[in-house]
Amino acid sequence: MKLDPDSAYVRIANLTKRFGDFVAVDDVSLDIRRGEIFCLLGGSGSGKTTLLRMLAGFESPSAGTIRIDGADMSAIPPYERPVNMMFQSYALFPHMSVERNVAFGLEQEGVGREQIRRQVGEILDIVKMGGFGARKPHQLSGGQRQRVALARALVKRPKLLLLDEPLAALDKKLREHTQFELINIQQRLGVTFIVVTHDQEEAMTLGTRLGVMNHGKIAQIGTPSDIYESPATRFVADFIGSVNMFEGRVSDDGADYLRIQCGELGCTVRAERTVSCTRGATVWTAIRPEKINISRQPFGAGAPQAGSAENLVRGTVREIAYMGDMSIYLVQIDSGRMMRVTLPNIMRGAERPIAREESVWLSWHGSSPVILTE
Amino acid sequence: MKAHSLFARTALVLGLVFLYLPILSMIVFSFNNSRLVTVWDAAHSPTLKWYVALLSNEQILRAAWLSIRIAVISASAAVVLGTLAGMALARLGAFRGRMLLAGMTAAPIVMPEVITGLSLLLLFVALEQLIGWPKGVGAVTITLAHITFCMAYVTVVVQSRLAGFDESLEEAAMDLGARPLRVFLRITLPLILPAIASGWLLAFTLSWDDLVITQFVAGPGSSTLPMVIFSKVRFGVTPDVNALATIMVLLVATGIAISTVWMRARQKRRARDLQLAAAANL
Amino acid sequence: MVAGIPTLWLLVLFLIPFIIVFRISFSEVRLAIPPYTPLLSWRHGAPVLQLHWSAYRFLFTDTLYVSSYLYSLKVAAVSTLCCLLIGYPMAYAIARSDAASRPVLLMLIVLPFWTSFLLRVYAWIGLLKNNGVINNVLMYLGIVHHPLALLQTDFAVYIGIVYSYLPFMILPLYANLEKHDGTLLEAAADLGARPLRAFLRVTLPQSFAGIVAGSLLVFIPAVGEYVIPTLLGRTDQIMIGRVLSDEFFENRDWPVASAVAIVILLLLVVPIMLFQRLERRQLEAAK
Repeated sequence: MKLDPDSAYVRIANLTKRFGDFVAVDDVSLDIRRGEIFCLLGGSGSGKTTLLRMLAGFESPSAGTIRIDGADMSAIPPYERPVNMMFQSYALFPHMSVERNVAFGLEQEGVGREQIRRQVGEILDIVKMGGFGARKPHQLSGGQRQRVALARALVKRPKLLLLDEPLAALDKKLREHTQFELINIQQRLGVTFIVVTHDQEEAMTLGTRLGVMNHGKIAQIGTPSDIYESPATRFVADFIGSVNMFEGRVSDDGADYLRIQCGELGCTVRAERTVSCTRGATVWTAIRPEKINISRQPFGAGAPQAGSAENLVRGTVREIAYMGDMSIYLVQIDSGRMMRVTLPNIMRGAERPIAREESVWLSWHGSSPVILTE
Repeated sequence: MKAHSLFARTALVLGLVFLYLPILSMIVFSFNNSRLVTVWDAAHSPTLKWYVALLSNEQILRAAWLSIRIAVISASAAVVLGTLAGMALARLGAFRGRMLLAGMTAAPIVMPEVITGLSLLLLFVALEQLIGWPKGVGAVTITLAHITFCMAYVTVVVQSRLAGFDESLEEAAMDLGARPLRVFLRITLPLILPAIASGWLLAFTLSWDDLVITQFVAGPGSSTLPMVIFSKVRFGVTPDVNALATIMVLLVATGIAISTVWMRARQKRRARDLQLAAAANL
Repeated sequence: MVAGIPTLWLLVLFLIPFIIVFRISFSEVRLAIPPYTPLLSWRHGAPVLQLHWSAYRFLFTDTLYVSSYLYSLKVAAVSTLCCLLIGYPMAYAIARSDAASRPVLLMLIVLPFWTSFLLRVYAWIGLLKNNGVINNVLMYLGIVHHPLALLQTDFAVYIGIVYSYLPFMILPLYANLEKHDGTLLEAAADLGARPLRAFLRVTLPQSFAGIVAGSLLVFIPAVGEYVIPTLLGRTDQIMIGRVLSDEFFENRDWPVASAVAIVILLLLVVPIMLFQRLERRQLEAAK
């Protein structure tokens, strides 16, 4: 099998779904590559689940098409699609044993009994549930149920596996462990995954690529680091991680830099040029909390006048939240706005840590701000 | 907190006494020798003579047999129709005629029986005039009437079971390649079977017990057990009816005791399984 | 098809029968089989619908009918109130008992329902008669010297209805009370409400839906009750269900019987619709 990484294995074109007046999915076009884990990330009501249900065939699109491996899915009912789904509730049949649950899909295809037994055994071994075939779902823990649901969805070797919030029902410890196992299994079987989740951390670790959804539209598609480091819109910047955002006006544009006058920030921002915009345009500056330095003395020589410096503001620490691995500082800058700064706690028991109500300087590198036009 | 919980508890005990005292008195007096039902004839009691009299009473036995047959057929037909109606109401969403069906399944439950009985008889009379069927009233019309009011109860039972049913189970089956009919047979039906079974039992009991509607749609020679009992007790108490009541209470109590014990055992097993599953999580 | 078959069945055996009752209530009685003027008469080859008001006129001229309606409403209302007063504490006690004994207690409430309704009413004859159990005990204890007239009184009818319909009051109340969040009462106590006050201000208002559902389940069928007043009730004042049955079977006056039925329905249409709305809401809540 030759894998062409750029070929569109699943092609979603101009897909729209309306429920009465409500547009759940709004003209979405999306290509998914063979063998990748694609995460659809969005809040509740963003349309991600509806999109997934259209892929499975439970909802029919109001407009647009879905092609899987070149075949149009429009007229194909769920029970004939080369797609399987792992449900958020797992949807294990409570009246059937683990074995019968996993065998259900193969039985529908008329596979011989001996082959069913072999395939069920194999897949249960892969998800490490080998010894549990005779148990009923209610005799399993949450993590075990999740594995059975995965096995049941994978046993038919679908071209595409849909996972609806696959880890939401697990507790935090188990979730982290399962994430990596899921990736492992996916790579071993080479099945294309589409994962729907509202949990950004889950999406970041699982996904080869992410699609962030908002109000039925795809806001941005990219690798996890693309999305985090170079968000395309204010929504994406705000939705993934936390961010300090300030409105401003472009005052100077060079070939590789922009200067932005930010009234709310009280200083000029000099940033690497990543977007095209003209002088005078209104833009937003987004700076991640971990990309800001906090110090008692301003960086560089001399004491610059507040307000005239670039990428430097003065403020007062109002709150400190100690999180163990890091600390969050809420700093009220001289313009009155609050800024969020995080610092890793590298040393045990730092000598003289910054305290509340202390006056501090905040600064950042010119590559840190992201300039957003929408 | 204590005071009114004590009050509620006392009320519960007294209420249960109120519910069971009459039944208990029937059972006791079914073993009484005296014809005077309520005067205990200590010299010759207890006796089984009323049971003997009951079991040799042709009329009662024939009526009971007819009632059983009608109840079995009515309950079975009502279960089929009621399950369909319950499925339609719980699953089809907004279809045309939904309000009509919902209204018609809920109404027979609260409708005064005299009205249901009267309307059904008038229908049967009109039908006979119009198409010559059913020929007169009797077991057939009784059964049709019973199916109609029993299916309303089955609908409610099935519908509320389906309302609490995780629809993703059906979607999962379909996703795994099962066509709609197979989904119904392999997933939906087995899971709502307990509701269907209790619906059947409920329908059987209602049919077996019904007097008022039956009186309207029954004809000569089609007296059900409640009709025979009614005509007997209307003109005073008779000891063999006490014996009959005792037998019925005993049958029901045994059935319920067995099902309770079975359910308890099942619950215990479930609790153990849950502990097992929780342990596996560690 | 899933919806079609049951809809068709109920159309033919539930809705059309009511239309026929409605139509016959506008006919005139006559000596024939069936004993009423035809539903449609034919004149010059076209059907003519002729409405007679005589049955209704008759209902409101003979005081028997009006007084029977009023009496039935009174009996149903009093019985419903008694059911509520007895049933509420019982449902409350079950809902507050520990989880293991709840199913057993519920079973005890429902169990009589599975035994014959007719026989349970009959049991009260034996208890209430002049030489029945209650009078025997009272006389034995010397509380009374002559038997009390208990049977064939309003009291006996109330007892019979409360006895037969009590489970229908308790079950919806229990279903409602069981769902209450215990921490609400704790919160009320924490805020300084005494138990009775907490009950009146927190539990009672929340259980309103259960009270209405239970009351309707008792009231509506009680208005048309036939068996209980026939076996236990007065002979000088009969309930409307009995009037309907007598009109139909004894007098063979089908139009008047139909008119009686229609007027009962008119009286009950508001409670029935109320009940259906409650049911719908409950099902939606279950979803």
